[in-house]
Amino acid sequence: MTNENAPHAPRVGARANYLNASYGVRSWLLTSDHKRIAVMYLIGVTVFFAIGGLAAALIRLELLTPAGDVFQAETYNKIFTTHGIMMVFFFMIPGIPAVLGNFLVPLMIGAKDLAFPRINLLSWYLYIIGGLTALWAVVHGGLDTGWTFYTPYSTVYSNGWVVVTAVGIFIAGFSSILTGLNFLVTIHTMRAPGMHWTRMPLFCWGMYAASIIQILGTPVVAITILLVGAERLFHLGIFDPAQGGDPVLFQHLFWFYSHPAVYIMILPAMAVISELVTAFSRKPIFGYKFIAGSSIAIAVLSFLVWGHHMFVSGQSVYAGLVFSVLSFLVAIPSAIKVFNWTATLYKGSVSYQTPLLYALGFIGLFTFGGLTGLFLACLGLDIHVHDTYFIVAHFHYIMVGGTIMAYLGGLHYWWPKISGKMYPEYWSRVSAWVIFIGFNLTFFPQFIVGYLGMPRRYHAYPEEFQVLNVMSTAGASILGIGYLIPLVYFIWSMRYGQDAADNPWGATGLEWETPSPPPTENFPETPVVTGIAYDYLTGKEEAAVG
Amino acid sequence: MSRQDNGHGSLGAYFGVFAALMVLTALTLWAAFQHLGIWNTPVALAIATTKAVMVVLIFMHLRSSPRLTAIVVATSVLFLAFLLLVTASDYLTRTWIPIYFR
Amino acid sequence: MGSSTHAADVAARDAPPELRHHFVDMEAQKEASALGMWIFLVTEVLFFGGMFTAYVIYRAAYTRAFEGASNLLDLKLGAFNTVVLILSSLTMALAVWAGQQGKKALIILFLLLTVLLGSTFLGVKVVEYKQKFARHEVPGPHFVVPMDEATHQPLPRQAEMFFSLYFCMTGLHALHMIIGIGLLLWLVARARRGDFTVRYNTPVDMVGLYWHFVDIVWIFLFPLLYLLGRHTL
Repeated sequence: MTNENAPHAPRVGARANYLNASYGVRSWLLTSDHKRIAVMYLIGVTVFFAIGGLAAALIRLELLTPAGDVFQAETYNKIFTTHGIMMVFFFMIPGIPAVLGNFLVPLMIGAKDLAFPRINLLSWYLYIIGGLTALWAVVHGGLDTGWTFYTPYSTVYSNGWVVVTAVGIFIAGFSSILTGLNFLVTIHTMRAPGMHWTRMPLFCWGMYAASIIQILGTPVVAITILLVGAERLFHLGIFDPAQGGDPVLFQHLFWFYSHPAVYIMILPAMAVISELVTAFSRKPIFGYKFIAGSSIAIAVLSFLVWGHHMFVSGQSVYAGLVFSVLSFLVAIPSAIKVFNWTATLYKGSVSYQTPLLYALGFIGLFTFGGLTGLFLACLGLDIHVHDTYFIVAHFHYIMVGGTIMAYLGGLHYWWPKISGKMYPEYWSRVSAWVIFIGFNLTFFPQFIVGYLGMPRRYHAYPEEFQVLNVMSTAGASILGIGYLIPLVYFIWSMRYGQDAADNPWGATGLEWETPSPPPTENFPETPVVTGIAYDYLTGKEEAAVG
Repeated sequence: MSRQDNGHGSLGAYFGVFAALMVLTALTLWAAFQHLGIWNTPVALAIATTKAVMVVLIFMHLRSSPRLTAIVVATSVLFLAFLLLVTASDYLTRTWIPIYFR
Repeated sequence: MGSSTHAADVAARDAPPELRHHFVDMEAQKEASALGMWIFLVTEVLFFGGMFTAYVIYRAAYTRAFEGASNLLDLKLGAFNTVVLILSSLTMALAVWAGQQGKKALIILFLLLTVLLGSTFLGVKVVEYKQKFARHEVPGPHFVVPMDEATHQPLPRQAEMFFSLYFCMTGLHALHMIIGIGLLLWLVARARRGDFTVRYNTPVDMVGLYWHFVDIVWIFLFPLLYLLGRHTL
């Protein structure tokens, strides 16, 4: 595909596409078009991200001073619980799969829609209902157990809205399961003729692997939540020591999902990065099969390491050793990806546009955060830093420095396809840098302060940690501004942005062979795939690729 | 790849499986009252598994389904095994490394 | 999938009314529906699996309490229910078979028989639950530690845990049966409308898969809940 210049592209409104195919709220709320559902998810996740972000702002506000002087302890507990629940269940887990995955998977494999479009819409409704239920609980007094709901505090002693929040998360979990189911069936049965598994974009491989985890893991947390609710409502005592129950059993059942859940959050992000790196190096990705295979390896291995969240819980030390070894092993496939992305960039024709800036940020920050994960896999070291800000910094490096940067990178990369408009390049680069700087200023001090002993989930801390906490709050303010800027210019671009060409980046992939934005049925005729993925061969290259 | 539709062939199989399931149910009831020591539970589970396999293969047509379906079923069993065995292994190995002083 | 795009699109234009527009042909739609239902059943395996895990751990910890408490369950009703449910699986399989033949009257007959048997199962469960409430075997503030039938001494306190798991596991199973009966009645309504033909009977097939799965859960629940302590009597 040649790189068409936008000024020659017809105006968005002139051509029939999925956005102007029909008008009115009903046409959106009753749609079965995966692209419209993706846009509705985009709105939903943005709202819940804002709520979680507001909670984060309140946390950082409290932590400006060592004394717990802004909020009472129980209120502070409710705030970080809200932050965790909103971010984990209503932003991170749905995020990339429900927004980018929904929009792109059918386009990338040459299909007209997902396998079950109406179930896709149901997924969205379940997500919204679950989110509103959890939000109801927040508004009416909140929950103070932490997003991890540990028993027996959550089942017996807490005064918060445990059952209501649990129901909200349960409903959202069902949404997640249905999305995963849809992707798996779609990828298995609806690839266009000629699109063999080894010709499928790596984005789809990542969605596939994340969907496996969603199918296998989410039901276990679902039943655990139901049991917590049943225990609380009917005084059952399944996890209450006073009635013979075992709180550690709760943790096993909880983390069986919640560890793989973090891979639901990162695998789609890695999938995005694979696309960005190859498109902006204008080179076939290095080690396609290894990247695809490592996604599946991560999906499987992720189910065998959950005990590393329980090293100090009273779990068997022997089991802890085994979990420790397996946790080191699960880092290997991730490292393979980082090596392959780097090798793709090497001697590529790299163009530093905004999506690539986010991808580079991801590679650096994810690697950094992943290395600290190795520290935590080490049993002895984890004993020292468990429940400190070191852990908080580790997972924010991965989830924010990793996943959210990948999400933004993907959003920028595919925005022309989704909206038919270009975002302003200058402001997008500014915000990428603001986010990068703000992020590091927020979370790097937390490694230090955590290692020095500051515990997490406390609204007060010893005075010697104040300087680093002030730095962290300053960083959070900058980060917050960094997130607001794209919100503004994306909305601005929908009306005033330059019209986008069908393939503004000159990238490979079936999604770029449709108009920007695509028509409702995606492809007037089913495409036939004859080449490998990432067919960026120059005249000189003859080496085997893919 | 389509599922087979031979009406008369599978009818016999359905009744045959039903009869077998009844026999196995009677067997498990009888075995429950026998004093088999630690083998009571494994025997009961083995009978239950046999019944389940018959239901899956014949009633649920796994026998004539694409290979992918069998992989999907096997995956669910595998990951359920992970959940059960790894969780149980925590409890079973609690005393293996005695780091707590009595 | 080696057909040319043009032929596939031509085929789509002559498609039967049940073909959804995003599928190439009925074969693809059926394949996707079946795969989707099997994957859904995978989630159900893990869903019940969480409770089975809790059961395994607590049974190993409180073996005597569990064995004694299990003996208090009504074995006759449990065995009767097992037979009823397996029979309902047979009638469900026959309904699917009738669907493949396109025999509307038989489809409806077997579906209704399945509903009848499923409802019988639920009726028996109601009887069992009422018995438990009457004998204060329901966990919670009104629980009274029952007597061990083998030793005529009170059971260990952890018998309450057995009953917690009993109610949660059979309760969840019963909920799945209620949903299944709802699905069956929906199928009856569609069958009466003439929706199911030799060419298209996928919904019957799919509900069949779900129903058999619910039967399989009971096949495991029955020995684990009702039979585990009988050898001590």
